Amino acid sequence: MKEISLNILDIAENSVKAGATLTEISVLEENDTITLVIKDNGSGMTDEVLKTVTNPFYTTRTTRKVGMGLPLLKLEAEMTEGSLTVESKHISEYPNNHGTVVTAVFYKNHIDCTPLGDVVSTMTTLIQGHPDIDFLFVHKTESVEVCLDTREIREVLEGVPLDTYEVIKWIKEFLNEQYIN
Amino acid sequence: MKSLAELKAIKEKMKDKVVLREGSANIRIVVGMATCGIAAGARPVLNTLVEAINEGGLSDKATVTQTGCIGLCQYEPIVEVFEADKEKVTYVKMDADKAKRVVEEHIKGGKIVSEYTIGASK
Repeated sequence: MKEISLNILDIAENSVKAGATLTEISVLEENDTITLVIKDNGSGMTDEVLKTVTNPFYTTRTTRKVGMGLPLLKLEAEMTEGSLTVESKHISEYPNNHGTVVTAVFYKNHIDCTPLGDVVSTMTTLIQGHPDIDFLFVHKTESVEVCLDTREIREVLEGVPLDTYEVIKWIKEFLNEQYIN
Repeated sequence: MKSLAELKAIKEKMKDKVVLREGSANIRIVVGMATCGIAAGARPVLNTLVEAINEGGLSDKATVTQTGCIGLCQYEPIVEVFEADKEKVTYVKMDADKAKRVVEEHIKGGKIVSEYTIGASK
């Protein structure tokens, strides 16, 4: 992937497919690291599946037998001397607190580290594609702290769908302004 | 600064329109957004389509949605156009500029941009 933000878009799609009603995406830039955490309350994975998720020959898709999402993120993180961890609680064993947490650490000064890229576009794309589920996005750097919670937006909208173009445009500007201030 | 008051105003403006719009569009534009599509550049294609359809006043005519892997990863980014009573059109190896042209000529003008279709690329 050309940007880490594209990995975020890709991995968050797994959360959506796992039936998550809330997906929390946090990007923490501190010293020379970027820590990406994608946490969802979806169905989670059994230990058996969890062991195989970073293997490209495991996938949930039915169109072909190769799944590159998590293996790609792992490779990209490890190329910077960083790491990828995946923790998961499957619904069968944890009926009340199931879900998955993907954590990737990148060393941003490493020559092989791809730029974070357009995270605003990733968030608007996720919301446009999945207007009925909630996303919490937090991006902290040494100079800014950007936050977006679709639950707050949904409350204001009182039934107007989140994928309404005017709403998507508002969200985009709302995020962009937080980066400037 | 964007405020929630502004969002409220959008809500007031949209709440009547939304009901009207439900199900009225008869063209469905679908963008493949699995790992293959995203890596090949589907995100700007999708965003350009959404913008061009809405800014061009075509939102009553067409909707833009996302899907997973279409199964032709080597041709990504892929855009499929479904229209009632017509054969599906599959556009391949798309980018933002091609997406703009598809909206202008195909969605607005009704003429398929054949050079971008999978038939032309094979």
